Amino acid sequence: MLGPVAAGLWGTFLPAFGHLPAAGLTGPSLDPFRDLFGWGGLPRAVMLSLSTGLLATSISLVIVVLVTAGWSGTRPFRALERLLSPLLSVPHAAAAFGLAFLIAPSGWLSCLFSPGLTGWERPPDILILQDTWGLTMTAGLIVKEVPFLLLITLAALGQTDARRSVTIAQALGYGRVTGWLKTVFPRVYAQIRPPVYVVLAYSMSVVDVAVILGPNTPPPLSVQIVKLMSDPDLTMRLEAAAAALLQLGLVIGALISWRLGEVIVARLGRYWVAKGTRGRFDPIVAQAALWGGGASALVVMLGLVVLAIWSFAGFWGFPDALPDNFTLRNWMRFGPGTLDALGETALIACTVALAALVLTIGCLEAEYRYGLSFSQRAVWLLYFPLLIPQTAFLPGLQTLMLNAGVDVGRLPVMLAHLVFVLPYVFLSLADPFRAWDTRMGTIATALRASPDGVLWRVRLPMLLRPILTALAVGFAVSVGQYLPTLLIGGGRVATLTTEAVALASGGDRRAIAVYGLMQTVAALVPFALALLMPALVWRNRRGLRHG
Amino acid sequence: MDKGLSLKGVTISKGGAPLLSVSHDIGPGEVLTVMGPSGVGKSTLLAFITGTLAPDFNAVGEVWMNGHNITNAAPHQRRVGILFQDDLLFPHLSVGANLAFGLRPGGNAAERHAKIDEALDEVGLSGFADRDPATLSGGQKARVALMRMLLSEPCGLLLDEPFSRLDAALRAQVRDMVFDRAKARALPVLLVTHDADDAQAAGGDIIRLGE
Repeated sequence: MLGPVAAGLWGTFLPAFGHLPAAGLTGPSLDPFRDLFGWGGLPRAVMLSLSTGLLATSISLVIVVLVTAGWSGTRPFRALERLLSPLLSVPHAAAAFGLAFLIAPSGWLSCLFSPGLTGWERPPDILILQDTWGLTMTAGLIVKEVPFLLLITLAALGQTDARRSVTIAQALGYGRVTGWLKTVFPRVYAQIRPPVYVVLAYSMSVVDVAVILGPNTPPPLSVQIVKLMSDPDLTMRLEAAAAALLQLGLVIGALISWRLGEVIVARLGRYWVAKGTRGRFDPIVAQAALWGGGASALVVMLGLVVLAIWSFAGFWGFPDALPDNFTLRNWMRFGPGTLDALGETALIACTVALAALVLTIGCLEAEYRYGLSFSQRAVWLLYFPLLIPQTAFLPGLQTLMLNAGVDVGRLPVMLAHLVFVLPYVFLSLADPFRAWDTRMGTIATALRASPDGVLWRVRLPMLLRPILTALAVGFAVSVGQYLPTLLIGGGRVATLTTEAVALASGGDRRAIAVYGLMQTVAALVPFALALLMPALVWRNRRGLRHG
Repeated sequence: MDKGLSLKGVTISKGGAPLLSVSHDIGPGEVLTVMGPSGVGKSTLLAFITGTLAPDFNAVGEVWMNGHNITNAAPHQRRVGILFQDDLLFPHLSVGANLAFGLRPGGNAAERHAKIDEALDEVGLSGFADRDPATLSGGQKARVALMRMLLSEPCGLLLDEPFSRLDAALRAQVRDMVFDRAKARALPVLLVTHDADDAQAAGGDIIRLGE
């Protein structure tokens, strides 16, 4: 999977220094960078990229860590966990649209409280969506990253002796949160560090959320890159490539500063531990964190609800809480279009998720048969494609394909999706696959089953549930991909995500609602199947019921 | 010796440090007990014999079964049966399908069915073929696991503390059943345990490790 990333970076590097044979240009020259630095919006775009990325990552991490510290193992925590895990698969774009419909000046919240509380008779003229500071965009990222980080943290918790550490700390008079932070957090953080970096790199370079919720003039750097890339004038690609390299530099810089921040936090933490404070404000902190986590779940769900309402809405004037009437007309009008896009989306997602699954099982089975073991370094390798901003290497990949005369289209899009889907499928399946009791394999072998027989007749059936879950994860990741589909597909591959994001600028809420909902359904249905199918297939097998 | 299981100069080490050395012939129907506290590498000896030794261990020596050197044979072609302390019935298969998994290939469906029913009858579990293994009691599971192993017609039997999870009353019963069946089929048995009662009941030679 390093191949496409490296090729893409190379393909970005060349035009950034003025080398683009397709446009009749040969480098090297520094003109692209001169053009880029000549753009007046650049400082702002760079600031936006940095601030949204760092803010979204740190706020969602703080919420997740404090919620886990204060509540893990309790009933509210399980409720929150159950609320958040399906939200993980809601595509970023759909969540962003939901948030937009919710908090826009003419959005649902404003409707619900107007004119009663606010006294507004018409939508107030304030800039909430696409605010210059990118705060709404940051919020949109936070509500999507909280479920991701929470599930990752839960997985890491299983491998640390958290419960007993907290019990000991509490016996020594520490509060729940303080005790957890001082004893468990360092161990957990060491394990969730790669995904945290992924969140940082992603939030800094995201495109679809930025198009929907981010400011326009100037847009964040990533959006500017896509704008330049889609310009019919090929020479604009040089500036795009230069901007992509700048984006890569920004992400690397941010990752390094984050690492330095870790060192500082660790030092302060050691000082804090040595001081022996027991945590007087723990209950307040825990309450606040639970509210934060609950609010982020609530926002996504209300967002989906408002999407659903809009998709069936007839006339809906401000400040009515609900539309005057409900109608199927929106679905009649946009339904056929979404079905085409759904077909394309499903075809790509199925192929890619299956391919990723086969590769993953192949890797894990080889690891088992030949006694190989993956080091911590190999884990980083797996995360590598997710750490390099998409905007840095996808434009390069597209340029390379252009130079090589390879046609854009469905197959290259599938390959590009695979780069992003494979790590998630692998990470999702690796733990359950390795946790399988290998004595089952020894027994089956002693019963004269061949290695392939053991795999097909014992291991895979027993792992049906995690395998289907991994498949659903892969499917959802593929459904949500925006930039690879747009760039590698050359605008000719229309999935639900590209169509939905393309509608963002038009502002037709009914069309957006229909596409956004379809996108969410496409990502959620596989998860429902992954839960249902094992329950049906193994309904008479109690030993397999709890995963 | 032609028949039986022979360990010829088997030495297993980890990172250069020797764990154990065993040289012994186990005749048909005989039992060799390897005793020692947990952590001395008793189970690695069994893993070496089944061909599933983890790569961080080193082993020299040979394993002979009924006159064939099986040291380098593929694990699934060694015909060495093994029972662990957990029953390890395949949770996705019914009791009958678990037994069918063990049963040597061959014969038509009716014949295989009959053999499985016969095996269930033999251990007092008639009519259990369609049951979910997770609904069986500990003793019942142990019996199914034993019959599954025997149906594969192994040439020797390895026992990795197979009785330690069972409570005292059940334990003697299952133990006797295993040893009786092994003796009736003239199988050489290698028992690994830390329990003196088990060693006593096995009645054969005893090798003590780690003392």
